[in-house]
Amino acid sequence: MNIIKETSNLIKDNIRDYGMYIALVAIMITFNVMTSGTFMSSRNISNLLDASGYIAVLAVGMTLVIVIRHIDLSVGYVAGFLGAIAAILLMQQGLSVWLVIPIILVLGIVIGLMNGFLIAQLGIPAFVASLAGMLIFRGALLQVTEGTGTIIVQDDIFNAIGNGYLPAIQYFYNRHMLTLIIGAVAVVLYIFSELKTRHDKSKYNFDVMSLPIFSVKLVFVSAIIAYITWILAGYNGISWTLVIVLLVTMVYHFITNKTVLGRQVYAVGSNPEAAHLSGINVKKVTYIVMGSMSMLAALSGILYTSRLQSATTTAGMLFELDAIAAAYVGGVSSAGGVGKVTGAIIGAIVMASLTNGMNLLGVGISYQYMIRGGVLAGAVIFDVLTRKRGK
Amino acid sequence: MAEIILEMANITKTFPGVKALDQVNFQVEKGEIHFFVGENGAGKSTLMKVLSGVYPYGNYEGDIIYEGKVQKFNKIQDSVDVGIAIIYQELALFPDLSVYENIYMGNEVKEGGIINWNQTIVKAKEMLQKVNLKVNPETLIKDLGVGKQQLVEIAKALSKQVKLLILDEPTAALNEDDSENLLELIKELKKQGITCIMISHKLKEVAAIADKATILRDGQTIITLDAKKGEIDEPTIIRHMVGREMNQIYPERANRNIGDTVLELINWSAYDTQLGRAVVKDANLELKRGEIVGVAGLMGAGRTELALSMFGNPKNYKLMGNMALNGQPQNFKHTSDAIKAGMAYVTEDRKGNGLFLLNNITKNVSASKLSGIAHNGIINTNEEIKVAEHYKNSLHIKASSIEQLVGKLSGGNQQKVSLGKWLFAGPNILILDEPTRGIDVGAKFEIYSVMNTLIEKGMSIIMISSELGEILGMSDRIYVMAEGKITGELSREEANQEKVMALATK
Repeated sequence: MNIIKETSNLIKDNIRDYGMYIALVAIMITFNVMTSGTFMSSRNISNLLDASGYIAVLAVGMTLVIVIRHIDLSVGYVAGFLGAIAAILLMQQGLSVWLVIPIILVLGIVIGLMNGFLIAQLGIPAFVASLAGMLIFRGALLQVTEGTGTIIVQDDIFNAIGNGYLPAIQYFYNRHMLTLIIGAVAVVLYIFSELKTRHDKSKYNFDVMSLPIFSVKLVFVSAIIAYITWILAGYNGISWTLVIVLLVTMVYHFITNKTVLGRQVYAVGSNPEAAHLSGINVKKVTYIVMGSMSMLAALSGILYTSRLQSATTTAGMLFELDAIAAAYVGGVSSAGGVGKVTGAIIGAIVMASLTNGMNLLGVGISYQYMIRGGVLAGAVIFDVLTRKRGK
Repeated sequence: MAEIILEMANITKTFPGVKALDQVNFQVEKGEIHFFVGENGAGKSTLMKVLSGVYPYGNYEGDIIYEGKVQKFNKIQDSVDVGIAIIYQELALFPDLSVYENIYMGNEVKEGGIINWNQTIVKAKEMLQKVNLKVNPETLIKDLGVGKQQLVEIAKALSKQVKLLILDEPTAALNEDDSENLLELIKELKKQGITCIMISHKLKEVAAIADKATILRDGQTIITLDAKKGEIDEPTIIRHMVGREMNQIYPERANRNIGDTVLELINWSAYDTQLGRAVVKDANLELKRGEIVGVAGLMGAGRTELALSMFGNPKNYKLMGNMALNGQPQNFKHTSDAIKAGMAYVTEDRKGNGLFLLNNITKNVSASKLSGIAHNGIINTNEEIKVAEHYKNSLHIKASSIEQLVGKLSGGNQQKVSLGKWLFAGPNILILDEPTRGIDVGAKFEIYSVMNTLIEKGMSIIMISSELGEILGMSDRIYVMAEGKITGELSREEANQEKVMALATK
């Protein structure tokens, strides 16, 4: 009886956090049933995750931008433009890939700081400033690809970023060994960190979940990690794209949760005036968040160009809207101050799953857009409603 | 006996937990200038809101009898329809629209739903003439000074055939000349038979033009003074305004050890570029170690602005004059500089700009000094929890745990979190802006005790307060402000309610 009550309270209190996980699992199960198992096949899941990588990194940056109550519409064509620059540097200038990647990321930061200047220093609304950026970089992309058209990239290391996989080392019943090992390590690390958090919390006499529910949670999440790695191991294993997305997620998760900078970002988002009066430099935070956004746009451009093994004249179109949608589905709040990096990743996967599943089912593209739009609206309605109840 | 245009009988208005108006009774004769005077929170604004239908009929007890009939206003428009217009201190004009568009906003000159702009302009010109305002009706509101904007508001009211005009502190934002003009106009309107109710803090004005003056105190009408009987003069009004009994108890301070000067302002002025006027004028102020300095004054006197101008100037006022901490001249570029120099400012509006309501106690307490719980930019959560626990216990913050969201705490506990947040920053100079506003007696006493403890440890406190009792009970020295100026300084011994009020209404 107690356990049931605790479970229902737990869901009620955390509905905002759990909502999108529940939605993701529901979507996956539905599609899996409707496609008789094709959706959750190793090959499909692997493709799905790899194909959503360039949106996922954008969604991470976008979440922070929305947390501080701004928006960045320029990220799509910044990604497209810098992807093309990467291709040019590699193919036409013959620079080494190890030089090209840092150059592109730094260029991204510079572009972001320019956005930051317009928004923080001159006080131009982010929507307009980044709309201008969107037009400018769309033009810039056309300009650099005008002479050559699509630029084919023939650099194995660069192309591996979007298409390559971790080496297997060995196979275990036809499964990718290294992937299995990583999965096992992840499960152990997860359990270890949960136990430590729980231990710390009880040390300070905070409320913790009761033991049975805590155990159920541990087993459940571990099983999901194990299941995903098992599926991935059945195809080519973990891709470099996935490695990059996971790294970005971990770094940003750490920064937002454990550092002074992260705290300042949320403070600025939840009450800019109070943040200013608390001695937080709101302008500096805006610069950093906008800089990080465009750096991630540069990374997104690298991932996309590498995945296509070429830079095209239309690269980057509508990336920004996919990223914004993913961030909102992932639980970022339009009122500012609320939103998690992990949520953004889940949001990106939800949106990618919808597209992928509907493609498998042969749903017409017209319906696909409508359904995705409906899901986005639903996610924001859910956010508004749960927030009201929370108060 | 002149005709009574308005009578409010036994008006009582309660908000959850507070009686804002308690059996208010008064009468206004047709064609008179009737002032309402009282301290902050005496109930003047609430009374005007009842009268103008902001609080609909049934939301209060008692009767509004206007032109001989009991009125039941359900919305503001109902009061406008019978000829009552209210002009708030914060003008309700549209800055990017022209004068004539503003005058006829909501009351357009139209035929079959289509606006006749030419006729609008002609009519607007007539209205402007009535208020002696010589501007082109096509001028944009934002290009006019505050004084002229006020006249446009009055013109707007006149265009609606107003019979009873209510002005809420009309001269608070005006300079001498504009105030003079406005008062002349009010007298002019009186001759045309328009009745005027005014709220004002400037007793000189009241003495100059009032026919009657009703004093409100703690939601009750104390007395209505009549100029014809020679009753309206400043000392009499002040006597009635402050007559409150001082029964609040303040914690005893063991010893008063007042040391050297820690903060000094010399000819300090702040000019608000957005409002286009000086909010602090030539202030000279001194704060010593181990001292509580009270800053008294009525609403809009410039006390909060003074605090902000010292505390890193977050509103970007143009500053003039000198400020020194411990004898060292200071020129803060950002609030963080002020914090580093050992200042802290607990805001007046804790929900609006003091706290992060969606965050828990822990994150709020640490926000002003994140460096105190971090090493190389990485937050030590255990350290943070210890800090939060420390302030939760030492300030007796009542919450289920330090993980509770601050938005869900009571006002008193929110105020303690706000205080804890600033104590953690480790200041020498603490500015408290209305430290006990809206919190219960028990929590007030606790906050006073904390202040005394801090003083004994050698901190210095500037306490801005609208509560006379608190100012007199806690301060070692008192500065009184009015209209951005420091109008006087009183020692603890010489201060009393009348003296403070006299300076605040100067």
